[in-house]
Amino acid sequence: MPYIFKKSIPDRIVDALIIVILSVFGLATLFPLYYVAVVSITPYTEVLRNGGFLLLPKTFTWDAYKAIFNSGVVPRALNVTIFVTLAGTALNLMVTTLLAYPLSKKYLPGRNAVLMGIVFTMLFSGGLIPTFLTVKATGLMNTLWALIIPGMVSTFNLLVMKTYFESLPSEIEEASKVDGCSDVGTLLRIVLPLSMPIMATLGLFYGVNHWNAYFGGIMYLNDRDLYPLQVVLRNMIITPSVSQELSVPQSQLSALPPESIKMATVVVAIAPIIAVYPFLQKYFIKGMLLGAVKG
Amino acid sequence: MSKGNAQAADVSGGYVHQPSLRSKIWRYRWLYVFMIPGILYYLVYHYVPMFGLVVAFQDYNLMKGVTGSAWVGWDNFRAVFESPDFPQLMKNTVLLSIYRLVFGMLPDLLLALMLNEIRVRWFKKTIQTLTYGPHFLSWIIVYGIMFSFFAPGSGLVTTFFRDMGWGDIDALTNSELFRPMLVMTDIWKSTGYGAIIYLAALANINHEQYEAAAIDGANRWSQLWHVTLPGVRDVFMLLVILRLGGILDAGFEQVYIFLNVRVYDVGDILDTWIFRRGIEEMNYSVPAAVGVFKSVIGFVLVLGANKLAKRFGGSGIW
Repeated sequence: MPYIFKKSIPDRIVDALIIVILSVFGLATLFPLYYVAVVSITPYTEVLRNGGFLLLPKTFTWDAYKAIFNSGVVPRALNVTIFVTLAGTALNLMVTTLLAYPLSKKYLPGRNAVLMGIVFTMLFSGGLIPTFLTVKATGLMNTLWALIIPGMVSTFNLLVMKTYFESLPSEIEEASKVDGCSDVGTLLRIVLPLSMPIMATLGLFYGVNHWNAYFGGIMYLNDRDLYPLQVVLRNMIITPSVSQELSVPQSQLSALPPESIKMATVVVAIAPIIAVYPFLQKYFIKGMLLGAVKG
Repeated sequence: MSKGNAQAADVSGGYVHQPSLRSKIWRYRWLYVFMIPGILYYLVYHYVPMFGLVVAFQDYNLMKGVTGSAWVGWDNFRAVFESPDFPQLMKNTVLLSIYRLVFGMLPDLLLALMLNEIRVRWFKKTIQTLTYGPHFLSWIIVYGIMFSFFAPGSGLVTTFFRDMGWGDIDALTNSELFRPMLVMTDIWKSTGYGAIIYLAALANINHEQYEAAAIDGANRWSQLWHVTLPGVRDVFMLLVILRLGGILDAGFEQVYIFLNVRVYDVGDILDTWIFRRGIEEMNYSVPAAVGVFKSVIGFVLVLGANKLAKRFGGSGIW
């Protein structure tokens, strides 16, 4: 709040108005999430009786969650997504770091050529079809690697990390070199420990991307057993009856309307992200601003 | 020591000499080794597809591959530009981009300006944390939420409308509501996150400017008008220009997920059309031609946008 002025009564009204508007905005963000959670734990007869609207559920049930976790399809998709998120993020960070570190060294011969080659890919791309044909040609079709390798480095993240490395004091690295540390040792023992904020930020960005990944799934996978959570979720939402998507006989779901199951799956897909991002926010705000400054 | 390790490692010799390129490369060999996986990735998954664009000039046959398929010159492009779908696709794409630009950018700025007025720290932080949360949710989740609101028969809003006697609305399959729905969900998802960059610009405004303005008798509104808004003008212009550069990218993920047969007339954009014809129908050449068109126009627009940005704000994106 940078302004300098005496608070008059109209100013206080303006302040109050702003607080009201912001509160409405905050609630508008929160309410849809809350509503989805409420629907997923309320018996559906109760939802319908209230015209779809209930603020505080009086009765609740975990049946929808039991159904999806007993189904086989959602747990399997969850496993795929967790694996891809963990393995993918680890690989993303590794390759991005290994590429960004040398690129942050202005004295490295050939650095500019590599950098230009990379930045060019932000301006011009082969597009969807040739990328698809390339993934096919490299033999990734119908493997989980198709969800990981084609997006191994994000150029935006790479530039953010490069900028971060450039901001580290070069004296520390020089000192470690003089003390006989190799490039590998310097990167592992000096640079990485100093880079935890940026690793956390980019880890979040990459991780969220993997968690939310959808197009890789529908483009490169035909085997339903390999479908990640988002693909299963999409198929479930657009189908009128979920029993087929869950490959569970309808009789087993008889008491459960499809809506509860759909919303329970949405909640499962939201929960990990909501649980993680607030803790990383002080990092990613900084990270995003770093990236907004040109690379 | 700004010249870096080249000299630092050389002090043992007692004097600094310029090492030859070859010995430099040998000295930094590990740095080059580090880059190998990344460079390979860019070559295979970014540069090979650029050369793969030649399928746009072929009658691509899956069995024969890029090397064996017959060349057809500009036939695929002719097919695209003469197709009755194309003007509609272009219109949908550009219109959607413009809607996003017009209705999507102001909320970002307004939210930042309002947050900037708030002195109560915990309130400001809470609102911020809440509002940028949706940025991290997938479009499928957003669609799922929309479904819980607008599903025919059981959605919250649908039911409300019926109970009020306002009739049945089916917002998810309605051509007239398709674009507003996309814009609305876009605002919900991205406003909080979009505000971050303006907040940073606002935080960078020199406090003395406010003091000077106050001494000159500026009240709250004139301070807003003469100090705050000019402080974010450059960022705003830069973002507008960048968005103009990407005008043929109307948000593939979101549109694809919200799209259904009943809203193709307003909702089908270049990217979704390429995806349907190409990946789903395994008909690669004509969609690839549309892709080439998109890539070339996009390239020109981004270059132009950068030039414009330099003229306006002083610094472009690179």
